[in-house]
Amino acid sequence: MDLTYELPTDLRAIEDFVEKLLVEGRRIGFNPDRLRLNLRVSVTEALSNAMLYGNRQDPRKRVRIQASFTTREIAIRVTDEGRGFDPRHLPDPTTPANLRKTRGRGIFLIRHLMDEVNYNDQGNSVEMRLRNGPGGPVAHAS
Amino acid sequence: MSFDVQKKDDVTVIDVKGQLIVGNRQELKQKVLDELEAGARKFLIDFAGTGYIDSSGLGVLVSLSKKIREQGGELRLANLNEDLRTLFELTKLDSLFHIANNREAALASF
Repeated sequence: MDLTYELPTDLRAIEDFVEKLLVEGRRIGFNPDRLRLNLRVSVTEALSNAMLYGNRQDPRKRVRIQASFTTREIAIRVTDEGRGFDPRHLPDPTTPANLRKTRGRGIFLIRHLMDEVNYNDQGNSVEMRLRNGPGGPVAHAS
Repeated sequence: MSFDVQKKDDVTVIDVKGQLIVGNRQELKQKVLDELEAGARKFLIDFAGTGYIDSSGLGVLVSLSKKIREQGGELRLANLNEDLRTLFELTKLDSLFHIANNREAALASF
C-alpha cells in the first residue's frame, strides 16, 4: 500500500503521525520490535530534522511523507521545503571527541537502524527502507 | 511528558514519565538546572515510565551530565528499557553515563 501525507512544521505533530505509521505496520504483520524501535526512531528523527533544520521551524512550510508498506519492506520518504544539505560528511558522534556533544546523533541513528538510507542530490529528501526481521541495529548502515 | 521530583537523603530523584523528545526536553533540563542552582549535587533520573528518548533527549542528558559534573555533582540513570539501552549502546552513550538496572542499585552507587 502506498500512502502520502503532509504535516505542518510543528514538532507536536510528529508523535501521533509516527503512531499512525506503526499502526499500519502492525496491521500488515511487520515485526513489532522493528516497528517500535527501528521505524519509530528513524522516522521521528527524520521528521524532526525536516522541521528543525530543513524547514527551519517555519510554520508556513510543510513536510511531505510518502510511505509504502509490504510484509517484506517498509519504505518511507521524508521531504522538506528547505535548501538541503550535504549528508556525506557528517561527523561520527561516537568518537571520543564527539561523544560529549549535545547534537549530531539523529542521522547516525537513522543509518544504524534502517536497512537503506538515501538522500536526494539536494539533500532535502531522505528515503529510508526497513526490511522485515528482528529488531535492533542493522548489520550494514548505508 | 511529566516528571516527579523527590528527595532520597541527599539524592534528587527525578521520575520521567512519557517520551523525552525534542518538544519537551527543555522542561527536564530546566528542572535539573533549578535543582543544581538550589544546591543539589546528586541526581538520579529514573526512566521506568519512559518508552522513548530521541536524539535531542539524549543531547539534553549529555548536557546535564556536563553541567552536573562541572558543579562537582554526580548523575545516575536507572530503569532504561531494552529499546533505550539499545539507543545508549548504539550511540556509545552507555560509556558516558552511569546506568543502573534499578533505582535501588543507582542510589547505592553514590
